[in-house]
Amino acid sequence: MEQYQPDRLTPAQAAAMRRSLRNGRAAMTRRSLLRASAGGALAAGGLGALSACGIPAAGKSQGGTSAQDHSAQEKVVNFSNWTEYIDVDDKGKGHPTLDTFRRRTGITVKYTEDINDNNEFFGKLKPQLAAGQDTGRDIIVLTDWLAARLIRLGWVQKLDPSHLPHAYTNLSPQFRDPDWDPGRAYSYPWQGISTVIAYNKKALDGVEVKSVSDLLDNPKLKGRVGFLSEMRDSMGMTLLDMGKDPAKFTDDDFDAAIARLQKAVDKGQIRRFTGNDYTSDLTKGDLAACVAWAGDVVQLKADSPDVDFVIPDSGYMTSTDNLCIPNKARHKTNAERLIDFYYEPAQAAALAAYINYVTPVDGVKPYLAKIDEDAAGNPLIVPDKAMQARSHAFRSLSQKEETTYEEKFAKLTGA
Amino acid sequence: MSTLTEAPAPLAPAEPEHKPPRKRGRFTPYWLLLPGMLWLIVFFALPMIYQASTSVQTGSLEDGYKVTWHFATYWDALGEYWPQFLRSVSYAAAATVLCLLLGYPLAYLIAFRAGRWKNLIMILVIAPFFTSFLIRTLAWKTILADSGVVVHTLNSLHVLDVTSWLGWTAGDRVLATPLAVVCGLTYNFLPFMILPLYTSLERIDGRLHEAAGDLYAKPWTTFRKVTFPLSMPGVVSGTLLTFIPAAGDYVNAELLGSTDTRMIGNVIQTQFLRILDYPTAAALSFILMAGILAMVTIYIRRSGTEDLV
Repeated sequence: MEQYQPDRLTPAQAAAMRRSLRNGRAAMTRRSLLRASAGGALAAGGLGALSACGIPAAGKSQGGTSAQDHSAQEKVVNFSNWTEYIDVDDKGKGHPTLDTFRRRTGITVKYTEDINDNNEFFGKLKPQLAAGQDTGRDIIVLTDWLAARLIRLGWVQKLDPSHLPHAYTNLSPQFRDPDWDPGRAYSYPWQGISTVIAYNKKALDGVEVKSVSDLLDNPKLKGRVGFLSEMRDSMGMTLLDMGKDPAKFTDDDFDAAIARLQKAVDKGQIRRFTGNDYTSDLTKGDLAACVAWAGDVVQLKADSPDVDFVIPDSGYMTSTDNLCIPNKARHKTNAERLIDFYYEPAQAAALAAYINYVTPVDGVKPYLAKIDEDAAGNPLIVPDKAMQARSHAFRSLSQKEETTYEEKFAKLTGA
Repeated sequence: MSTLTEAPAPLAPAEPEHKPPRKRGRFTPYWLLLPGMLWLIVFFALPMIYQASTSVQTGSLEDGYKVTWHFATYWDALGEYWPQFLRSVSYAAAATVLCLLLGYPLAYLIAFRAGRWKNLIMILVIAPFFTSFLIRTLAWKTILADSGVVVHTLNSLHVLDVTSWLGWTAGDRVLATPLAVVCGLTYNFLPFMILPLYTSLERIDGRLHEAAGDLYAKPWTTFRKVTFPLSMPGVVSGTLLTFIPAAGDYVNAELLGSTDTRMIGNVIQTQFLRILDYPTAAALSFILMAGILAMVTIYIRRSGTEDLV
């Protein structure tokens, strides 16, 4: 390298070198190449190519499209789920309920934890589902608004009730008739997720938190309050606090709730809108109190004595994560058998004992009590009648509403 | 500079100017370019065309998107989100300046003074890269925790009073403020500044310093007149390698920031994934690209190092 520094060559050598660079083989310099390739790309791409692109319309066939069912020949089912959302054996590798299912039916479950975020997962599946292709998955787990969107778009298949006797009988009444899937034609809940208010006793230092109003208005909590970046959970809790029903609110109610939160943002009351990462903020005490998911709180309580939760008098939100069968899935019958299997109370209890979310299956309590007495008595896992009565669901939104509301909420959270 | 290495070593000045190029091997450079060009076409040019097309489409997820040459999307997006653009640029610029201030002395030390510790320090600079970007950023949440030592010390020294007055922090905390985001950006991109600086400083001939000394230059003058000008290629490439990714970053703003620190990367992510407004998201991406390209071009022209980097 050093010996070719132009300034160390004799002037004659340097001149010769420059000539060779300009005219000879080496004339293709980086700069000219960049220019050439940029021009080439533009020419090749051309404006014609721009208009040739486009994204085809999605919702064509409400009711979904099935592929040929290979369930009888191939004894497998491909199950995509969220991370840490199933029972794990002591070695941390196997999943006992899935093993029981295989022993009983001979069907092997290929279990993949590849869902981290509804929006990302939607982005991942969209190209295949929009093009009417097999996604390679037989069961996917989607939070209700996304399940609703996929049903609306016709991207998931109608379930065959004759394969789902347990599911039909044991589904908790609380989850039977969501407005986006009446009678559960397309989906069955995997787990329910309650949204409550969590707090760190030490960080609160005597301040009382009982409602969303306390979070938004108490000046002692300035800059130490968290809300969830999930629009429906944060907005649902705020609507409830304002005496509105999240299942029936109007545009004006929504705007009023946004305005209420915006006021808290403007005066620096709300520290952040968070995803799951609020958990570490709460245990450290950076957040004194926040809107939180009950499943996390059960876990946090077990790890840290300072963390606890409260259910506001105005009520709390419950959403569900739902098992759905995407279009063109190869093993639909196997998938339905797996869904039904998890609606046997004994299996649901084994699952509930491990993952601390709201079980959607009736009659779990006696089975769960045998495994874990505390869990069976925890209203966040097995809600009693009184708890169920205070639980609310967010109404389903039309596509236009969804866009408008998400946009307004995004503005609130900073963009 | 690298193109120079191709030149044949002994050049006889007396040789005739136009030697006919050898037939064989005439296309070799193009063949060698092929893999890289294919890669660029598949993973850069095609996605760019696709995004360019998306940015002028209108429609919705259910009805599909069609190219309608709706250029107003650009104007609307810019009108709506200019504060975030401005914020991205200023945060990235602040982080770049901080990186330069922190990185230059360190690179100088490694290049000229570290002696046998050179390799060890280099490893220390690169070591954080062995863990994930996310983990490194999350670690700062623990370091800067409200009840942590750092914030406590800054509070007792009344540093945070000053930064709050300047609007860099809020109250007696660092997390969820602009300062935290800029610190996160600085930390995450610091090695991209140090490495080019080091490469450029390390190439400087030590005898030049001696010569400067012989000509009665004081150390500071030597630095100003000899070392710094010769390290300009490193400064320019370092600042570019820091500024460009920092301007598009959204992880630091997401984890260390708050509602008033969201950068344009966050907006693009929200538009793409949450609101599903693909045209606006694509338009924002192009505005960001064009903006950065323009700034970088001006910067390179101004710094007069066009042929050095």
